[in-house]
Amino acid sequence: MNIIVCMKQTPDTETLIRLKDDKTDINREGVNYIINPYDEFSIEEAIRIKEKFGEGNVTLISIGNNVTEQLRKGIAMGADNAISIWDDSIEVWDSSIIAKILAKAIGQIPFDIVFCGRQAIDDDASQVGARVAALLNIPQVCVINKLEIADDKKTAVAHRMIEGGTEVLETSLPALFTSQKGLNEPRYPTISAIMKSKKKEIKNMSLADLGLNQNDVDKSAAKLKMTDMDLPLKRQAGKIIEMSDNAVETLVKLLKEEAKVI
Amino acid sequence: MSKKIWIIAEQRENNLKKVSFELLSKAQELAQKLDGELNAVLIGNNVSNLTAPLGHYGAQKVFLLEHPLLENYSTDGYLKVLYELIKEHNPDIILTGATTNGKDFMPALAAKLNVGLASEVIDMELDANNELIFKRPIYAGKSIIKVICTDSPKMATVRPNVLNLLPKDENRPAEVIKVNVQLSESDIRTKIKEVLKIVGATIDLTEADVIISGGRGVKGGEYFETLKELAGLLSGTIGASRAAVDAGWISHAFQVGQTGKVVSPNLYVACGMSGSIQHQAGMSSSKCIVGINKDPDAPIFKISDYGIVGDLFKIVPEIIEQVKKMKS
Repeated sequence: MNIIVCMKQTPDTETLIRLKDDKTDINREGVNYIINPYDEFSIEEAIRIKEKFGEGNVTLISIGNNVTEQLRKGIAMGADNAISIWDDSIEVWDSSIIAKILAKAIGQIPFDIVFCGRQAIDDDASQVGARVAALLNIPQVCVINKLEIADDKKTAVAHRMIEGGTEVLETSLPALFTSQKGLNEPRYPTISAIMKSKKKEIKNMSLADLGLNQNDVDKSAAKLKMTDMDLPLKRQAGKIIEMSDNAVETLVKLLKEEAKVI
Repeated sequence: MSKKIWIIAEQRENNLKKVSFELLSKAQELAQKLDGELNAVLIGNNVSNLTAPLGHYGAQKVFLLEHPLLENYSTDGYLKVLYELIKEHNPDIILTGATTNGKDFMPALAAKLNVGLASEVIDMELDANNELIFKRPIYAGKSIIKVICTDSPKMATVRPNVLNLLPKDENRPAEVIKVNVQLSESDIRTKIKEVLKIVGATIDLTEADVIISGGRGVKGGEYFETLKELAGLLSGTIGASRAAVDAGWISHAFQVGQTGKVVSPNLYVACGMSGSIQHQAGMSSSKCIVGINKDPDAPIFKISDYGIVGDLFKIVPEIIEQVKKMKS
């Protein structure tokens, strides 16, 4: 089984978001980076599939300027190879560009399964997985929290979360899956695995290696243009109703008469 | 030439989702300003009874795509029929709900059309040059950006419950255009084996008007029954914090927050939860927030419209009593 995991480095969920003065990006000073949490589920699932079948190859692919640390963490968890793709011209905010680059890279490697996270927790676009599947012309099953690969490795059954329930879908392989919380509990790498991962070579790929030019991936190629970035309006703290005999009565009255929500 | 605005309506088991009407309401305003035509696309099997309500909410034409293989949603089925329809008619704007299905097929469709897609949009407006500007949150709502799509069709998935619903006009008919759908089983590479329903989940969190949510402070799965009783009285549903889900008290399907669902109900009652930054990411766009916590310094009070500092095990049953009294 050849399994590819697309991985993104994102700011930690605890990050306090401040904007740069020109409001084109967040202020990245002191920001702590992590593997996008949904991608961690992908890495874990890929390793589990490999372990179950006792054979296979897990390749991590990440687009980013300095993603070595996160790729090494994935290797320490149990991935076999890692590919880092970067060029300063890449417009990272554009899902269509990211998907195009990933599809080109994946197209160069034999694969049975591609994993992406259900979304990245920075741009929250939830687009790259489905776009990559469309570009590779393979079936997709998005937002999965359970996956079983058939013994003959030709099909898979995935549980996809939908409104009010779960859809159980069977798909032929190769296919692309996007990982949702609940798929598994990602492991912590052992100290010795972390040490060993530091010696592992990470393959760097350039645009030329992928048969792409800068004008395929730069701002001019972007399909979405950001015109403004701002912080949301802060919610104001409202009334604190003192605990007393009629506090709840007051609350229900306010909800009915003032807020008009019940 | 006048602009063609399309709404891809969503139905499940022959019920139209509210977000389809919310989209038509907003798109009426866009169509008016752009002097455009507002059309809806309806996909399913034996769903022609749903074309009339789409007209009532403003659709001038409804493209009706019916086929036995469209009875259930499938990525491949929807992609194929939508791609062909779009190629034939060249709409300028395509909007649908940021639901599980909308978020599944729209990025793939955008990739096939080689255009941009604004996802999880919370508002949209036309600027002075009639450029359509989409507003959407990033970093779990900790920042809001405005984006434009550079190519046509301009596509967006819009969150349920964020756009205002205009009153319907039952005298407004829609012209129904039956589309000849060509689809064979081999076109659909994924097969639904079964659908496991969550017991008691009658309204989806993202569409609920009222959510009664429980956190670590509810101390166990049993108390969600009490929250459910209150939710039932207010025609709402229950939600949960990550702590309650991780403790195994309730299914992840009910989790609100950065790694759960993003909701914007009219009323969100947060019972026994601190209101972490990750939880706030999922619920801070609620219209009215009520915080109930015994810790007066809990962050939830900083974003609550109304707060009661006290024991939720006393307060929640009392709310139930008061609401019952109010209703009788």
